[in-house]
Amino acid sequence: MKQQESHRSDFFFTPLDGKIEKAFRAIMALAVILPFLILIVLLVDTFVDGYPRLGWNFLTSFPSRFASSAGILSPLVGSIILMGLTALFAVPLGIGAAVYLEEYAPKNAITTFIELNIANLAGVPSIIYGLLGLGLFVRFMQMGRSLLAGAATLSLMALPMIIMAAREAIRTVPNDLREAAYALGADRWVTIRKVVLPLSLPGILTGIILSLARAIGETAPIITIGALTYVAFLPDSVTSSFTALPVQIFNWISRPQTDFHVNAAAGIIVLLVIMLAMNSIAIFLRFKLQRKIQ
Amino acid sequence: MSISNEHPYMSVTAASNDAHTENGIRRDYTGLREDAALIKTAGLTAWFGSMQALKGIDINIAAGKVTAIIGPSGCGKSTFIRCLNRMHEVVPGARVEGSIFYREHNVYAPNVNPVMLRRQIGMVFQKPNPFPMMSIKENVLAGLPLQGKNTTNRDEIAERALRQAALWDEVKDVLDKPGSSISGGQQQRLCIARALAIEPEILLMDEPCSALDPIATAKIEDLIHTLRQTITIIIVTHNMQQAARVSDYTAFFYMGELVEYSDTDTMFRAPHNSRTEDYITGRFG
Ligand SMILES: Nc1ncnc2c1ncn2[C@@H]1O[C@H](COP(=O)(O)OP(=O)(O)OP(=O)(O)O)[C@@H](O)[C@H]1O
Ligand SMILES: [Mg+2]
Repeated sequence: MKQQESHRSDFFFTPLDGKIEKAFRAIMALAVILPFLILIVLLVDTFVDGYPRLGWNFLTSFPSRFASSAGILSPLVGSIILMGLTALFAVPLGIGAAVYLEEYAPKNAITTFIELNIANLAGVPSIIYGLLGLGLFVRFMQMGRSLLAGAATLSLMALPMIIMAAREAIRTVPNDLREAAYALGADRWVTIRKVVLPLSLPGILTGIILSLARAIGETAPIITIGALTYVAFLPDSVTSSFTALPVQIFNWISRPQTDFHVNAAAGIIVLLVIMLAMNSIAIFLRFKLQRKIQ
Repeated sequence: MSISNEHPYMSVTAASNDAHTENGIRRDYTGLREDAALIKTAGLTAWFGSMQALKGIDINIAAGKVTAIIGPSGCGKSTFIRCLNRMHEVVPGARVEGSIFYREHNVYAPNVNPVMLRRQIGMVFQKPNPFPMMSIKENVLAGLPLQGKNTTNRDEIAERALRQAALWDEVKDVLDKPGSSISGGQQQRLCIARALAIEPEILLMDEPCSALDPIATAKIEDLIHTLRQTITIIIVTHNMQQAARVSDYTAFFYMGELVEYSDTDTMFRAPHNSRTEDYITGRFG
């Protein structure tokens, strides 16, 4: 019996012919290297274009009719506030939804339907969210073309991603530990707060940061709900009109004067730095918290 | 933490004089007067969805004694002890029929809060499951804040529980290391300490040694010997020698039924039922 089995596994794991294996390896290596190279070329090109314009002035000046004195103060502040508000809306809702789906919801047809649709929502093009935001927040709820409406729209967009990442993280918490807590006389809520959430925190945080990083880079929904393209003031409340980095970059790129293209490149660098920083924080947190847990 | 030496149910020694009735109802094998039992079940039936895991268990568990549950894999041993502290219902689709009395309380009465019950009936699982994000000390004390107990003497409580679990000497210098950083046998004793820290009246142990080497196993058995003076223990085990060594009473389960239940000596020297004998002598299971 033993022998038979080992025969069978030999059959299944017959090594590939040496040449075929080499070819496969080359193709797969190419599949990794090629996109990477393209990305590098794009980055270098942008960096060369935009670098001369970068500087303290660029960060602290308002946009202007003159390319050389124009800066990104208002779009930068707009983006940061947008991100903060988006986090404020989407994080509690997202974690709450994930906890409900994983820990409370009965496993029935309705739950499955909701779960499926959350996955679908994560794949909906961002401009659709923009249109929804325009109809729902800007017009129907009369928020106007405000930071609030923008953040609400981005929250809708970030929610499915946060929910899915949080569910994934919650699912990795071994059931043994929930039972350990129950057996000590913890109720479900205490178990979630003291055991499930602390253990899934690295995964949840990573999901939050990555989805916020994506939200801050989104252009379509922000333009759709009507972010302004020229804002020479800082927002004084969440109801004031605003602009955001991607919108400003888009605006500069669409100008005929090449000087503004340089500004756009510099703006892209700033946006990239923010996103890279957020991603690094996500990786760092994940690494650090995970180490603490193991 | 002597629980209730004054409690009327504790008069077990007198009870064990009662003779076994040869073909009486199962309860009579116990050699226990009914009023000496800390837990009594009647017609206890447990389900996983449509799958019946326990089929009408009537058993009295003696106060202040060690009761071993033996039987082949899948016969419902874990299910049985998980019914006692209402952990069974944590599994989706699982339900229970029949009744369990813990002292005078019906465990499944609608007004019983399972959370409160589990503070009286602690549990140690087959696989050590310390909380990995907590230190050793925090693990031991994990059950306390849940109970809203006064926690000013945390160090004292931790030390006492760790000593009870025979782990203190090994971890006293590393109390702040993560609970998952010690060996499997130490983790299991940590879990025992964690269960003891909340001073339960009954401790349920589900194959607590199955993942451990003989030395760690011996330590846990010693521990059971010490604990039996202050606490009622129900232990599930696959190891006949272990059951014989640590327990006062032994129950043999087979396919969801309680086949035989008597004091451990009788069970291992002269089992009444042929299936029990086959199992104990290793002819099946
Ligand atoms: N979560 C579950 N869902 C469905 N059926 C289950 C579940 N857990 C156990 N069962 C079934 O219930 C029966 C009793 O299981 P139980 O775990 O009580 O057995 P056991 O005697 O503890 O076995 P072992 O010695 O292997 O631990 C088994 O037939 C098992 O297949
Ligand atoms: Mg079991």
